[in-house]
Amino acid sequence: MSDLASSAPDVVPERKHGGAASVVVDRVTKVFNQGRSDEVVALSDVDLTVGAGEFVSLIGPSGCGKSTLLRLIADLIEPTTGTVTVAGKPAAQSRRDQEYGIAFQQAGLFEWRTVRRNVELPLELRGLAKAERRARAEQMLELVGLADFAGHYPGQLSGGMQQRVAIARALAVQPPLLLMDEPFGALDEMTRERLQSELLGICAATGAGTVFVTHSISEAVFLSDRVVVMSARPGRITASIEVDLPSRDEAGRQAPVYFEKITEVRQALRS
Amino acid sequence: MRRVLPPLVFGVLALVLWEVFVAAGRVAPFILPAPTAIGAQIAEQRQNIWDAALASGANALAGLIGGTILAVLAALAASRSRFLGEVSVPFAAVVNALPIIALAPILNNMFESTSSVPRRLVTGIVVFFPVFLNLLRGLREVDPVHQELMRTYAASVWTFAVKVRLPGALPHLFTGLRQASSLAVIAAVVAEYFGGLQDGLGARITSAAAFTAYPRAWAFVAGACLLGLTFYLVTLLLERVAMPWKRSLIS
Ligand SMILES: Nc1ncnc2c1ncn2[C@@H]1O[C@H](COP(=O)(O)OP(=O)(O)O)[C@@H](O)[C@H]1O
Ligand SMILES: [Mg+2]
Repeated sequence: MSDLASSAPDVVPERKHGGAASVVVDRVTKVFNQGRSDEVVALSDVDLTVGAGEFVSLIGPSGCGKSTLLRLIADLIEPTTGTVTVAGKPAAQSRRDQEYGIAFQQAGLFEWRTVRRNVELPLELRGLAKAERRARAEQMLELVGLADFAGHYPGQLSGGMQQRVAIARALAVQPPLLLMDEPFGALDEMTRERLQSELLGICAATGAGTVFVTHSISEAVFLSDRVVVMSARPGRITASIEVDLPSRDEAGRQAPVYFEKITEVRQALRS
Repeated sequence: MRRVLPPLVFGVLALVLWEVFVAAGRVAPFILPAPTAIGAQIAEQRQNIWDAALASGANALAGLIGGTILAVLAALAASRSRFLGEVSVPFAAVVNALPIIALAPILNNMFESTSSVPRRLVTGIVVFFPVFLNLLRGLREVDPVHQELMRTYAASVWTFAVKVRLPGALPHLFTGLRQASSLAVIAAVVAEYFGGLQDGLGARITSAAAFTAYPRAWAFVAGACLLGLTFYLVTLLLERVAMPWKRSLIS
């Protein structure tokens, strides 16, 4: 199948996420443009805990605050009230320590850098030596099946390949936490399913916890240990659904549990 | 080949038409000499054209380099502050639209008549504005995703400028430079029309015209055209070298 699934270990290790929580969002409210006529309550009283190595999806109608929640965890914006803790530290400190890797819907590659040097950038800013950077970048590109394209420029790659480079870049510092905002949103169904498998392989191989924003129910169920359902106006968490598929591959997509969970998430979204 | 051929054919055709037109006596030769007459002058004057082109080229290059360095520094400074950026853009846009070359006689009077400085100064001023305006636009136009990414990397303002802002603004810088390279030659040549040191193409054109030696004047005009073209092409070449990622896109 995909390059990655084959390079991942044969026996996917049992996911353990009993340990220290990787993300704790504690009674967080986010109000944009507070006190003005265009005030928006994007999130209201949100609690969320993500265990170490746990894969959590955020799903909900557009505008319900999924991106806002992710950006709060990434410390790209600050909560109006409440606290966000990442890797046992305040979110701002964790950002400075590069405790997470992040990928957005747009790959956001630097077009003037080759693929390899795009992946190297976060390492460069961490002050890693050149040889080490290069080795690490090559390893990450191997992981996403793009080792042969290291010398190419982003403009020479397809959208799916660019997104894989963005994921390799997010993984380059080997962060304990991966934040992804609809990373496969702009891709066709085939590419999307292949990247989903690759992502699972990567998470299994690196043991990274993941917060994954999506608006695809099947994607959320297939990937996640837990699907967190949100509703809009104001943005709140309305359900948290544990998913335990027998396996996360083609067979998993056919399993009765898979369809049951899809129905359960759909109902949670409706109510 | 297919990109070069049509303009080449067009150019040759235009020259032939021009020759026929003048030979047929439709235009007085002192208004528009025939291409063959101009060609004969180019051959005869080639050493003079070459020397004058070198002098004008040196002036244009000095102004281009000086003006560009100042414009890059100014744009970097202006991009750092929202206020400076907002004030300087309309100001620079207005100045850019002025006929700056009109400053030449004033500058000529400010320096010795043996000085090359006034022509270079005018050229530098002419170059400054398009480079400044284009580069500043590029520096302020940062992809929001890049901005957020650099924040997640906890990058300093300096790192951000060097690794993201500047390379991202290179296409804009070269848009400005392409305009500036042609303007630099025009300014360096035309500045001599207004006095000052008379060793370049501009002085040769005015003196030939004063002696009603029109084919000779046209021969030096042709030299000026070639000089301008050279500057433009070298800039294009630099652009390709400086931005390899654009080159590889075409394939
Ligand atoms: N920077 C901002 N300024 C003002 N309003 C914002 C901003 N970012 C998001 N919002 C608003 O907050 C709400 C949630 O947005 P978002 O988190 O992007 O939703 P989602 O990702 O679930 O589609 C929306 O109503 C949106 O308009
Ligand atoms: Mg969103």
